[in-house]
Amino acid sequence: MRAALAKFWEGDLAWSWRHTPVAIVATILLAILLIASFGADVLAPHNPFDLATINLIDALKPPVWHADGTQEYLLGTDSQGRDLLSALMYGMRVSLLIGLAAVTGAMFLGIVLGLISGYAGGRIDALIMRIADVQLSFPAILIALLIDGVARVVVPGDMHEVIAFPVLVGAIALAGWPQYARTVRGSTLVEKNREYVQAARVIGISSPVIMFRHVLPNVLGPVLVLATVHLATAIITEATLSFLGVGVPPTSPSLGTLIRVGNDFLFSGEWWITIFPGAALVLLVLSVNLLGDWLRDALNPRLS
Amino acid sequence: MTNTTNNQALSNSTDDATTAVNATDRVATNDPTNVLEVKNLSVEFTTRHGTLKALNEVSFSIAAGEVVGVVGESGAGKSLTGAAIIGLLEPPGRISGGEILLAGRRIDQLPDDQMRKIRGREIGAIFQDPLTSLNPLYTVGHQITETIVTHLPLTWSQGRNRAIELLEATGIPAARERIDHYPHQFSGGMRQRVVIALALAAEPKLIVADEPTTALDVSIQAQIIELLKKLCREHGAAVMLITHDMGVIAETADRVVVMYAGRIAEVGKVRDVIHAPRHPYTVGLMGSIPSIHQHVERLVQIDGTMPRLNAIPQGCAFNPRCVKVMDRCKIERPELQTLGSSQVACWLYPEGENNER
Amino acid sequence: MFAFILRRLLQAAGVLLAVALLAFVLFQYVGDPVMIMLGQEGTPAERDQLRKDLGLSDPVIVQFYHFLTNAIQGDFGLSLRQGQKVSTLLRERLPATLELSIAAALIALLVGLPLGVYTALKRHGKLSQALLAFSLLGVSLPTFLIGILLILIFSVSLGWLPSYGRGDTMKLGWWTTGLLTKSGWTHLVLPAVTLSLFQVALVLRLVRSEMLEVLRTDYIKFARARGLTRRAIHFGHALKNTLVPVITIMGLQLGGIIAFAIVTETVFQWPGMGLLFIQAVQFADIPVMAAYLCLISLIFVLINLTVDLLYFAVDPRLRAGLGKHSGGH
Repeated sequence: MRAALAKFWEGDLAWSWRHTPVAIVATILLAILLIASFGADVLAPHNPFDLATINLIDALKPPVWHADGTQEYLLGTDSQGRDLLSALMYGMRVSLLIGLAAVTGAMFLGIVLGLISGYAGGRIDALIMRIADVQLSFPAILIALLIDGVARVVVPGDMHEVIAFPVLVGAIALAGWPQYARTVRGSTLVEKNREYVQAARVIGISSPVIMFRHVLPNVLGPVLVLATVHLATAIITEATLSFLGVGVPPTSPSLGTLIRVGNDFLFSGEWWITIFPGAALVLLVLSVNLLGDWLRDALNPRLS
Repeated sequence: MTNTTNNQALSNSTDDATTAVNATDRVATNDPTNVLEVKNLSVEFTTRHGTLKALNEVSFSIAAGEVVGVVGESGAGKSLTGAAIIGLLEPPGRISGGEILLAGRRIDQLPDDQMRKIRGREIGAIFQDPLTSLNPLYTVGHQITETIVTHLPLTWSQGRNRAIELLEATGIPAARERIDHYPHQFSGGMRQRVVIALALAAEPKLIVADEPTTALDVSIQAQIIELLKKLCREHGAAVMLITHDMGVIAETADRVVVMYAGRIAEVGKVRDVIHAPRHPYTVGLMGSIPSIHQHVERLVQIDGTMPRLNAIPQGCAFNPRCVKVMDRCKIERPELQTLGSSQVACWLYPEGENNER
Repeated sequence: MFAFILRRLLQAAGVLLAVALLAFVLFQYVGDPVMIMLGQEGTPAERDQLRKDLGLSDPVIVQFYHFLTNAIQGDFGLSLRQGQKVSTLLRERLPATLELSIAAALIALLVGLPLGVYTALKRHGKLSQALLAFSLLGVSLPTFLIGILLILIFSVSLGWLPSYGRGDTMKLGWWTTGLLTKSGWTHLVLPAVTLSLFQVALVLRLVRSEMLEVLRTDYIKFARARGLTRRAIHFGHALKNTLVPVITIMGLQLGGIIAFAIVTETVFQWPGMGLLFIQAVQFADIPVMAAYLCLISLIFVLINLTVDLLYFAVDPRLRAGLGKHSGGH
């Protein structure tokens, strides 16, 4: 393990990372955000879900640098008196979880279908690609919206909360698999004709093993770049859906929900309720995008 | 753009080769009739692994109208030399030393907009893959005519007529119709003929042809090479024919430059180099050409491979593979020595001596 | 060529049919249509009558057929939430969405395209780097957040521009337009900019990367070797080759714009189809959802078809590839 890590550090990718200031900054930023989100239980100054600790008297307090602000609530409070910083950290966690889960789902589905499509060829390939093409001609957000909306209608009201998360993750994942499938299929087609695959076939190794053990590692590069871009998109999609009111249930708000709630207070001057979650969202997506950009350039086989 | 000093823009006599485009820029050189002189040209690449010297003091010359073949294995630096001459070295490569003289005028340090006027008008280029050399969205006629009117004081329709003539000269049937066809409507050999027409369109005095037949079917390679030679002779253009195919050189070139690991091993008339090669590397190369006339059991193969740019041996770059290696070869790098009408860079022929083999 | 068009039309029809099927399933089986239409009040007798009227006792195929014929005529029944005919509602809202979308698309094209070309040609300049940074920010900002920010700055703080609604509109036949009144224009600015920002950033990056790819090709190298002017190389050759794939993507982006109009309309309370759809989803207004689905699919299919045909017209390789192939040596 240590040897593998050492080898990675010496390699081209790590060298590129070390010499690209933007990548380093983005990684640090992302790390901070990740720690703040997943460590929210421990790190957050307050617990916004514990009704006992919420004080209505503290409602609508501005951030600490304002005249009326206090150090207790660094970024201010919302209309219920909940600490915005803590709500933000928990909200980020929700957004991240959904985003990561959706990307994993889409990647899994897309890779499997892409491998099968590329390797099997013929009718199966045509069918899968046809579905992918048709789906790609519709914007992902619409597909996610549709799946979510339909699920909402189909499922009786009391079940909504329970299924909200899986449906949301599933919707975003289903909206995103075609890109992976297309990319993986393309790479598979290329690898299929390489000698090492033909040699494996001759030896008698079964197709699935060839596909996953041999072809897959070679097609992972572009998939990784796609995944980072997709993570950013997934987070935005979830935030949009939550903002529209058809995403996460209000009991576990994501950044999108927080923004929506805060929007009502924009005109009365309590801007922080919407701006800080907004800023967190932007920082999150931005750092992912920056890393994705760097990764794409670093993995690009060009003369450096 | 009008050429006020020469109204006969269409004339292509070799006298033009000695009249520099801008007479005030002429610089005295060794031989004013040489269309191209390369002196101690060095090209470096700066990468994260360090600076690599891809060309190490390369010198040769091309006289007006002659065909000089530049031969060597892949990676020897032949294409780089061509790119440096045209002024299209891709960064991180750059010229780090030496001079390039075109008809006595120094061109290696010209700013890009001046170099642009030279490209096409005085130096033409032909690349390896005719399919990717042509813009698929424009007709063949458009691309030729565009080149002509960029450099010569002709109207579009005059240029177009010339383009048709050029196409006919390159052996494309029904040129008048096919001039309005797109590149993908031509076969590989036809496309390369179009490329040749394009290279000659503005009447350059030198053509740099980088592997012009490598991407073509074997059956048409000979035709295309013949065509190239014939047209260049007719237009009075010299040719720098870059290839790894010694057979092509044997058929077509007047003189040959043998390159190895970014350096020149031997230069000489084709006959001399083929029948009486001096440098051990050239000996090996010649031995590897199959011949109908000789009966050989096996083709000669040179042991080992050409060194990578970051691992070039000290002294003579060929010494690890040389059958006649001496101690001196491993320490000092041999300079090019003149022996009659040839030049060799080998310690078998040390300076000042005129050895018979 | 003809065969190609035919094939694409059949494909388009297939997609529409599949979507119609989906909408049909939604319509008929999600919730009880009779309950939906009569609510709680209907008597059992009324329900049976309605069931017969609606043909709910007919076989599924027949019901689907009825649904299809109605759909083609634009009849999707009544909205559950508003009680009006769905087709009327959609027709009222369509112009608002289209005007917004087209405005956004134009901004995206007119701003994104030249900027993309600029950042490709002057790769390492300071302005290019700044533009690239902006474009990265542009794709990292969700549309709704942009809207909120713009409202915060231009409506709340500065008070320059209005933040909701469409302003005064005028009727031209069945179309209502906001382009003929001053308030219509001032109301259009913020939503259109919001909707277009993501696209501007996207187009910029797309055009830039395409153009950089093209500038690396052999034919550009050959063009430079022929001594063509920089202008000819950059704008005559490189730009033309860049635009071909850009056209396809732009066409698909138009679909994205129409979809994201949902979000923009929500933020600005813009009375378009998107807002209608969201309200339908929130209230489980099935007929509206189904109708929106079909209409949007129709629009997308048309856009895709147009883009395919356009691609055909622009790239000579596709044209001649299906005609006769002139060979020769």
